[in-house]
Amino acid sequence: MGSKLSTALISIKLLALAALTTAAQAQDKSNDIIARGEYLARAGDCTACHTAPEGRLFAGGRAMPTPFGTLYTSNITPDLDTGIGKWSADDFYKTMHSGRFPDGGLIYPAMPFASYTKVTRADSDAIFAYLRSIAPVSQKNKPHELRFPYDNRQLILGWRTLFFSEGEFKPDPKKSAEWNRGAYLVEGLGHCGMCHSPINALGGTSQSDAFKGGLIPMQNWYAPSLTSNREAGLGDWSIKDITDLLQTGVSMRGVVYGPMAEVVHNSLQYLNDEDTKAMAVYLKGIAEPSPPPPASSTLPTTESSLLISLGKTVYDKHCASCHGTQGEGKPPHWPPLANNQSIEMQSAVNPIRMVLNGGYPPGTKGNPMPYGMPPFAGLLSDNEIAAVVSYIRTAWGNRGTPVSAREANELRSAPLN
Amino acid sequence: MFARAAASVAVTITLATIVLATIVLATITLATIDGAAAQTANQPPDTMAARVEACTPCHGNKGEGTSDVYFPRLAGKPAGYLYNQLLAFRSGRRKYPPMNYLLEFLPDPYLEAMAEYFAGEHPPLPQPAPSEVSKDVLAQGELLATSGDASRNIPACVSCHGPGLAGMQPGIPGLLGLRANYISAQLGAWRYGTRTAKSPDCMQQVAGHLTEADVTAVAAWLATRPAPTNPAPVPKGTYALPFGCGSQPN
Ligand code: HEC
Ligand code: HEC
Ligand code: HEC
Ligand code: HEC
Ligand code: HEC
Repeated sequence: MGSKLSTALISIKLLALAALTTAAQAQDKSNDIIARGEYLARAGDCTACHTAPEGRLFAGGRAMPTPFGTLYTSNITPDLDTGIGKWSADDFYKTMHSGRFPDGGLIYPAMPFASYTKVTRADSDAIFAYLRSIAPVSQKNKPHELRFPYDNRQLILGWRTLFFSEGEFKPDPKKSAEWNRGAYLVEGLGHCGMCHSPINALGGTSQSDAFKGGLIPMQNWYAPSLTSNREAGLGDWSIKDITDLLQTGVSMRGVVYGPMAEVVHNSLQYLNDEDTKAMAVYLKGIAEPSPPPPASSTLPTTESSLLISLGKTVYDKHCASCHGTQGEGKPPHWPPLANNQSIEMQSAVNPIRMVLNGGYPPGTKGNPMPYGMPPFAGLLSDNEIAAVVSYIRTAWGNRGTPVSAREANELRSAPLN
Repeated sequence: MFARAAASVAVTITLATIVLATIVLATITLATIDGAAAQTANQPPDTMAARVEACTPCHGNKGEGTSDVYFPRLAGKPAGYLYNQLLAFRSGRRKYPPMNYLLEFLPDPYLEAMAEYFAGEHPPLPQPAPSEVSKDVLAQGELLATSGDASRNIPACVSCHGPGLAGMQPGIPGLLGLRANYISAQLGAWRYGTRTAKSPDCMQQVAGHLTEADVTAVAAWLATRPAPTNPAPVPKGTYALPFGCGSQPN
């Protein structure tokens, strides 16, 4: 009897213990999912759009200027009335995967669902679990200010027919697991194609042109092709240089700036070493051999040779102290300009803007106190800007083409934010 | 696309030779540089001075200012004040697009280090500029700065910026060594809401009570003040402010 009782007691204790451990395990598991969701939300750079400057995390309200008017991002905190507090994981997956609101309404493609559609259900659920765990913020969504007829959401249907193919990422069995992981991140959560693909007149990017580069509308920055080694194709970069660039913003080959600095700052610097390496392997893999050099300059030869000799004078006076007399720089902090793809591309928008506006690479864990470049907009004339950019694009074996003072002048009014 | 690529095979082959030659050359140069020691020698100086070279064409090598009358001196201002400004520029709360752009992706500790760097520099204050306004206007400016105008709810500038106008740690800047155009532009920015400080934004309250004529007068008078023997901001808590300022926690 006594022994029976004690066995019973022991088993009750054991049961309780088991219940406790399962509860604890469940707790651990949900914490794990939340942590993974946070990491994936970083990889998707949700904060870049859904957090306003000095605003509360994920409370939305950030203005996104587009050629069709201004969009305001949504509150995606779990607030019941103004956020997504009433959503289910199914609702959330529908947004990520199909670009539709819970009631079936169409979402503007400024929310990168055309990329997020590749995200797996498990990853979508993890991001949702994380979003449910953050502090709810009561903040009403601002109505979009789109011009007629773009304020009619039915128009999105046309866009979807042309440019949207729904479907989770399908690994390529012929490639390594690492390559596939990189592809999943770059094509899916990373939504790199949103900037790095040409945008056509309809505001869409077609699958066949994915990662072929393009001018970002409204921002006037050129996002180079990730497939052409003449642009930002990384075919001849070492894996270490690529991972350095993605994780720290600087590398022995070049630095990030403008919108790409934002991507590294808010998203890429938080990715772990394996994922960064996987992205590097994939990016190196999709780079194609160089297409032919760009058409020769439209400037008359006498004009361009005059420009280039003025350019050398400007360069020696204003630039050589950091970038070196031979364009060798002091990498990674003062980037090399010789053999730097980023300045030789057919589009000269980026180097002109660098000279006009200067810049700092993003402050990252790996490079918390970056060195900067001063803006020259106030110090140099249009002609001098054109001259020095023509010079760096053609000196030291660089294979770019000269640019005109008019191009320099036009970019003076490019928006800075 | 493909046709173009095919046509260029010949070009590519010649290019390939050039590329090969460059690689060989590059390898030779790399070989001569050799190793980590040379790597560090070939780095920018590990100093704040080198890191803020992006700022100095506008603010001067030591933050002393430049000939542009709208580009302010930074040197010697309280570090807390400078840091608050950098935070405000980064978020766009204070607007000047070239600076908003430069600071956008820099982390707090780095902005703090920049603020401390310029706060710790002490180049001499510039000679006060001869003023272009009349004696009466200067007198009106002096009156506002030193006594204010109680009937219009304008506190004396010295009540916050200090009897010597040298400012107070950590958040109140001195008002000497600035040019009239800059001062009036800042007071104007507060009146029109393009410059705001931490709430309660006491300067906004002050500037809100000033007329155009007051701004001209007080800016002109401040710019004619000679440099004090000790321009350093006084320690925190040296005197009490007439009303609260978000940038100056008690
Ligand atoms: C490039 C900017 C951008 C990025 C990056 C972005 N979003 Fe969005 N998102 C938007 C915009 C704009 C809308 C509003 C679309 C509309 O009204 O049709 C939106 C809407 C949403 C909505 C619908 C909410 C509602 O109630 O209206 C959800 C949920 C959402 N985003 C989640 C995310 C998540 C999760 C991420 C990161 C994985 C993310 N977004 C990244 C721009 C972005
Ligand atoms: C918001 C738009 C935007 C997004 C999103 C974006 N990029 Fe970029 N990217 C740019 C622009 C603009 C440039 C050119 C400026 C530069 O070279 O830093 C660039 C440059 C690059 C470069 C070349 C850097 C160099 O020094 O040659 C690489 C590599 C790159 N991006 C990779 C990526 C990857 C990978 C992703 C996705 C994780 C991505 N980008 C997402 C806009 C974007
Ligand atoms: C004080 C040092 C300094 C000076 C002087 C300077 N630069 Fe820079 N430069 C930098 C730094 C640092 C970067 C990286 C900036 C960034 O990432 O935003 C850079 C970036 C660049 C880039 C982009 C390089 C890349 O990897 O894509 C170009 C082009 C450039 N500089 C050209 C010039 C020219 C032309 C001048 C003279 C008119 C000049 N720079 C003067 C430090 C300097
Ligand atoms: C293109 C010129 C330019 C560059 C480059 C520049 N600044 Fe400024 N800075 C200005 C101007 C103009 C103002 C005043 C803006 C205004 O009217 O509010 C200012 C204001 C400031 C202030 C506030 C001063 C005060 O007394 O309130 C600080 C601090 C500052 N800058 C720091 C920096 C730092 C640090 C850098 C480099 C990272 C930098 N600036 C780069 C032009 C520049
Ligand atoms: C109640 C306290 C207070 C009074 C009174 C006051 N100020 Fe200020 N002032 C401040 C504070 C605090 C700041 C710093 C604000 C910030 O953090 O941006 C400031 C900043 C300034 C600046 C900006 C300096 C720079 O380098 O950009 C100017 C100019 C200025 N005050 C002028 C005046 C004038 C003129 C008066 C008198 C008419 C005055 N202030 C009265 C508290 C005061």
